[in-house]
Amino acid sequence: MSVSAPHRPSSDADSRCAPRKRRRKPPRRTGLAAFALAGPFTVLLVGTVLIPVAYAVYLSLFTDRFSGLGFESPRRVFIALGNYWDVLADPAFQVSIRNVVAFALIQVPLMIALALVLAMLLDSAVVRLKQMWSLAVFLPYALPGVIAGLIWAYLYSPGIGPIADLLPFDPLSSGAVLSSIVNIATWQWVGYNVIIFYTALQAVPKELTEAAHVDGAGAFRIAYSIKTPMIKPTIFVSAVFSIIGSLQLFTEPLILRTFTSAVNSTWTPSLYVYESAFVSGDYGRAAAAAVILALASAVLSALVMRLSKRSNR
Amino acid sequence: MTAVLPESGSADRGPARAKPVHRSRWTSRTAIYFVLVLAAAYSILPLIWLVTASTKSLGDFSTTSAFEFGDFNLWNNIQTLFAQDGGVFVAWIRNSVLYAFVGALIGALICAACGYAIAKIPFRGRNLLFGLTLTGVLVPTTALALPLYLLASELRMVDTFWAVFIPVLTNPFGVYLARVYTDSAVPDEILEAARIDGASEVRTFFTVAMPLMRPGIVTVFLFQFVAIWNNFFLPLIMLTDPKLFPVSLGLYQWSNRATQFPDYNPLVITGSMLAILPLILAFVVLQRQWRSGLAAGGIK
Repeated sequence: MSVSAPHRPSSDADSRCAPRKRRRKPPRRTGLAAFALAGPFTVLLVGTVLIPVAYAVYLSLFTDRFSGLGFESPRRVFIALGNYWDVLADPAFQVSIRNVVAFALIQVPLMIALALVLAMLLDSAVVRLKQMWSLAVFLPYALPGVIAGLIWAYLYSPGIGPIADLLPFDPLSSGAVLSSIVNIATWQWVGYNVIIFYTALQAVPKELTEAAHVDGAGAFRIAYSIKTPMIKPTIFVSAVFSIIGSLQLFTEPLILRTFTSAVNSTWTPSLYVYESAFVSGDYGRAAAAAVILALASAVLSALVMRLSKRSNR
Repeated sequence: MTAVLPESGSADRGPARAKPVHRSRWTSRTAIYFVLVLAAAYSILPLIWLVTASTKSLGDFSTTSAFEFGDFNLWNNIQTLFAQDGGVFVAWIRNSVLYAFVGALIGALICAACGYAIAKIPFRGRNLLFGLTLTGVLVPTTALALPLYLLASELRMVDTFWAVFIPVLTNPFGVYLARVYTDSAVPDEILEAARIDGASEVRTFFTVAMPLMRPGIVTVFLFQFVAIWNNFFLPLIMLTDPKLFPVSLGLYQWSNRATQFPDYNPLVITGSMLAILPLILAFVVLQRQWRSGLAAGGIK
């Protein structure tokens, strides 16, 4: 299902250039050249993506059983989808899914809306020093996630950062930690999306907006009814990447774990995978959770792609 | 809060038609700048806090306010930072540069070659390769990390430089971008001319196609650099020897120790500040490159 959406451009392009290519053919020479040029990446793709994916699927179908009193080393036993049922029935996994879904539902629309507003403002004629403003909001993107997480963790910490003193509630308490993580992710990524949207806005034909202006549409009306629909494909792509990113949420909660007990060791699915594999040592369960995570992101992105295609027609 | 912003803008515009144009221009401009200043402050203030915090000793955090400089302890902090754990911080910075800079350099070259081959050389299995590449874009790194770790342990490569360096070279999205760039930037006629002149396919790629693809290759490099620099999961599970850590993993480990030994807090803060300074400088200096790179990546 993941292949169906992005596959179309490739077949388009091939049908376009294939007949031209067929005319000249020194097959042996091009075969060697293709081997030399495409070979290194193919080896990497097979070795670091395809084999690991297959291995993860294989692992997810087995579990380690101790026979007798557990004096012998464990046996690997085939249990088909057993690990998947275990993971899906595990309350800890369900909570982790609920956490990232809540995170995505708040963070993605908030960040996209904020980025869209800022991009529209930058796009408006009255603003000067556009480069400077966009650079300012973009800078947090340059930070590694760990360091962004550490900065905010310190800012949230009472006694070190100012935020705990300013807010009427504790940003690291269990009720507030989700919004605190939403804030970290938004801070890091909003500028990136501003630049993407702003660039897309540059491509909106000036005649369109001018015509609307002559017809008496205000700036807000033009932004909402003309510019936003024009850059809808870009917004969709950003949304897909943000949703996939949300599902994989790992670094920020892991960092906050050292600062608060409100984030437990299985707070997101990625943390759940990490915990199952490297703390509990249950590779089968960890692999099953990882496969579920990968399938969920593939299905989601295919779905959003499908929706965006339909709305463009 | 964000939902309110555009409406306040429109409220300024609403009565504008009735009033003289000058006034409406002025108020909407003020509103726009107000929002921009807020957004810039939100983005920059945490970084400024990091700079002021890195000048403080541990005691000053409780006695001085957030953005105030305490007794100027920056040099002291930096000295302690570089001396801590036998000067391991320098090794972390070096490792980060090796993983991210060298990795992205080699990775971008590999992507460019493969993208070019898929676009311009008819070979068997090229559609299959491209299809698998697109599937590879969608596989989350967290799903790959565990099987990669187990495979690396089979090969006895866990806790080596290569356990991190080799997987991060793989960049399926880079191949996709390189293919798109090749299609738009390298005309068939030029390649045909090079072939008639007797240049081999590989030579044609290096001497004719690559110069034409340079902006695209720079884009792939920048994307991959940021991705490797941000990759935390892989080093976290692969590495136990602190001498192999990238800087983010090292600082994370120190921040864990800080829960028991608060003396580590100034080190983590000063270390973070020093680690991001070159990155921020690079992004300010290389503005033209990443802006055009993001533009190319975003439109796709």
